[in-house]
Amino acid sequence: MRTYILPSLKLTLVLIIVCSVLYPLLISAIGKFTHDDGAGVKAYEHGLVVGYENVGQKFIADTYFQGRPSAVDYNAAGSAGSNKGPSNPDYLKIVQERIDTFLIHNPGIKKSEIPSDLVTASGSGLDPHISIQAAKVQVPRIAKLRNRTEKEIYQLIDKVKEEPMLSVFGPERINVLKLNIALNTL
Amino acid sequence: MNTELAGVIATFLLTVVLAIPLGKYIAKVFSGEKTLLDFLAPVERFIFRICGIDVNKQMTWKQHLLALLAINMLWFVYAFVMLLTQGSLFLNPDGNPSMSPDLSFNTAISFLVNCNLQHYSGETGLTYLTQLGVITFLQFVSAATGIAALVVVFNTMREQSKDGLGNFFDIFLKSLTRILIPISIVIATLLVISGTPSSFDGKDIVRTLEGETVQVSRGPAAGMIAIKHLGTNGGGWFGVNSAHPLENPNYFTNVVEMISQVLLPIALIFAMGYYIKRKKLAYVIFGVMTFGMLMFLIPTMIAETNGNPAIAKMGIDQSLGSMEGKEVRFGSQASAYWSIVTTVISTGSVNSMHDSSMPVSNTMQLLGMMTNAFYGGCGVGILNYYIFMIIAVFISGLMVGRTPEFLGRKIEAREMKIATIIALLHPFLILVGTAFSSYVFTKDTSVGWLNNPGYHGYSEMLYEYTSAAANNGSGMEGLGDNNWFWNISTGFVLILGRFLPIIGPVAIAGILANKKIIPESAGTLRTDTGIFGVMTYAVIMILAALAFFPALVLGPLSEYFTLYN
Repeated sequence: MRTYILPSLKLTLVLIIVCSVLYPLLISAIGKFTHDDGAGVKAYEHGLVVGYENVGQKFIADTYFQGRPSAVDYNAAGSAGSNKGPSNPDYLKIVQERIDTFLIHNPGIKKSEIPSDLVTASGSGLDPHISIQAAKVQVPRIAKLRNRTEKEIYQLIDKVKEEPMLSVFGPERINVLKLNIALNTL
Repeated sequence: MNTELAGVIATFLLTVVLAIPLGKYIAKVFSGEKTLLDFLAPVERFIFRICGIDVNKQMTWKQHLLALLAINMLWFVYAFVMLLTQGSLFLNPDGNPSMSPDLSFNTAISFLVNCNLQHYSGETGLTYLTQLGVITFLQFVSAATGIAALVVVFNTMREQSKDGLGNFFDIFLKSLTRILIPISIVIATLLVISGTPSSFDGKDIVRTLEGETVQVSRGPAAGMIAIKHLGTNGGGWFGVNSAHPLENPNYFTNVVEMISQVLLPIALIFAMGYYIKRKKLAYVIFGVMTFGMLMFLIPTMIAETNGNPAIAKMGIDQSLGSMEGKEVRFGSQASAYWSIVTTVISTGSVNSMHDSSMPVSNTMQLLGMMTNAFYGGCGVGILNYYIFMIIAVFISGLMVGRTPEFLGRKIEAREMKIATIIALLHPFLILVGTAFSSYVFTKDTSVGWLNNPGYHGYSEMLYEYTSAAANNGSGMEGLGDNNWFWNISTGFVLILGRFLPIIGPVAIAGILANKKIIPESAGTLRTDTGIFGVMTYAVIMILAALAFFPALVLGPLSEYFTLYN
C-alpha cells in the first residue's frame, strides 16, 4: 500500500484544484450571465426587493393569500419539514387545529373545499407555491376584505398561475408571493 | 392520464433514452476507442506526469484494491481535519462553527463512502469552503472510485481478460475527466439557468411583502447539486436537500435532477454490455432491475396519490395526494417517484420528507435500500447485483445438477463463501444496529431521539441503519441523530457497508479471471436468459424478505394496519 500513498497524495491535490476550485468557479462564472448574477432570483414590488421568487414567505394578514404551514415559520436561514408521521396523534391534532383556524378566517367555506396542501406543512418549510384550489378557496375572504368582486380575483389567479411544464408534465400551481404582489397592484 | 403521472413516465423514458448512448460512450472511454473528449488526453498525461504515476503499469486485482484503499484513507484524513477546523478557515461568510469530533467523523466517512447521512444542516453546519473543498470533492472522487472498482470487474469478464485489469489511477481519472466532470458542467448549467444559486455571496437579508425581515441562505450550490446527483451521492447544499426551493426551483429542475441521478447507474449496465460484448446479458440485467424498481414504485405512487386516510377522515379532500412533507411544485407523484429512485439507487437526496411518507411508501423505500441492487449506486449497484448473480448461478446449478459456471468460469467454494458473507453482511449491519439502538432507547427514553411515537418511531431507527448500510444517505429526518451514539455507530456501519461490498466482488472477479475458461456447451447454464433473470430476482427478493420481513412488520407494516383499519 505504501507505494500508492505518494502518488495518491499528489493526485488528491490536483483533483482538489480541479473539482473544488476550477469547477465551482466555472459554474459561478456561467451564473453571472443569468438572473441576478446567479445569486438567486429576486422578486420586486415598485422596484424594491421584497424577497426571492422561489423562497416562500410568511403571510399573516387576512388581506393576503396565505401559503402553506411551515415547520420553520418561513425562516429561510434554515429549512425543514415537520417530519411528522402520518399516524402521529399529536400531528393529526395540529392538522385539525389548522382546519378550524382556516374555517374561522374564511366564513362560508365548507371543510370539503379545503385542499390538503393548505393544512399540511411543506417539505422545505419554504414552499413558495400553493395549489390552484388553495388559492380559489381564499378568494371570497380576499374579495370581501379588499372590496373587489370575486370575479376580479379569480381572473388574477388565472393570470398568475403556472401551467404544467410544456402544458403536459407536472402539477398546476401558483406562486403565493407573485400572486400577492399582483393583488397589491390590482 | 393526469399531468403528474405523465411527468413521471416521461422522466423515466427520457432517462433510458439518454442512458443507452451514454453507456456506449462509457464503454468506448474504457476500451480506449476514439471519443469526442479525446482532446483531454494531454491534460490527463500531464496530471499523471506530475503525480509520478505510470498508467501503462497493469495492476492485479489486489493492487487495484490497495490503491483504492490508500487514496480513500488520505481523503478521510483530509475531510476529517477540514470539517473539524472549518470555523476558523476562510470562505465562511455566514460565520458557521467547526464540527464536533464525532460529527466530523460521521460526515467525513459518510461522504467518503458516497453516502450523505448529513447529521447537520447545510445552512449552518458547513462553510462554503467545506461545501466545495470537502463535500463536492468527495462527491466527485467517491463516484469515480465506484466506477473504477466496477471497471475492474468488467475487465475480468472480458474474454481476453488475460491482457490485464488496467491501472486503477487511469480508470479513476478517466471516470472524472471523461464522464463525471463534463456531464456535471452540463447539469449545473441547466440548474443555474433555472434559478439555482451559484454565486459566493453569503446570507441575504430581505424585507418581505408584509414588512418582516428574514434571512435567506444562499451560496455556490449549483455545481454541487449537479455532481451530488450524477455521482449518486445525494448530499444537499441546504438542510432539506432537493425539497429546498433554491436547490430545486421548479418542475424542470426536478426532472433534470431525477434524470441525472438515475442516468449513470442505468448507463453503466449498457456500458457493460458493450464493453464485455455481451449485450444480451446487459438487457437481462436492465430488465430485472427495472422490474424490481417498478415493484417498489407502483405501490408507492398509489399510496401517496391516495393521501392520508386519517386526514381524509377529518373531511379534507385528498385529491392532491399526501402533501405533508411535500412541495406543491413537484406534486405527490413526482415526489413518490423520487423517493423510490433515490432509495433503489443509493443517492439519498430527497425532494420530500420520507418521515412523512405513507407507511406503504416507507416499506418500499426501505426495501429499495435493503435490496440495494436495482440499478444501485454509481458503480457499486452492479457490484451488489454481481454478488446476487453469483449466488443465483450457484443455486440454479444445484437445482439442475450442473457445475455452477459464470461466463465460462467455475464458481467454487471460495467465491461462494465471499459472496455469502457480502450478502449477509447487509442484513447483519442493519438488524444488529436497529436492535442495539432500540435497546438503548427503551432503556432510557430520555435520550429523546424519536420525533414520532410508536411503530413510526421505530421505523426512524430502522431507516437510519438501513440507509447507512446501503450507503444511501436519505433519512427519516425526524430522528435526532447528531449525537455521539448515532454519529459513531452509523459511521462504522457506513465503512463496512462500503468497502466490503467493493472488496468482495472485485476479489471474486479476480479469482475467477485466473481460472481456465470452459467453452460454452449445450450443458452450460446461460446467464443471459430471461429465466436466469427471474432466478436472480427471486434470489434478491427471497434474501431480502427472509432477512428483513420481521423488522418491517414491527415498523411500517404495523403502522399501515393501524392507519387503514
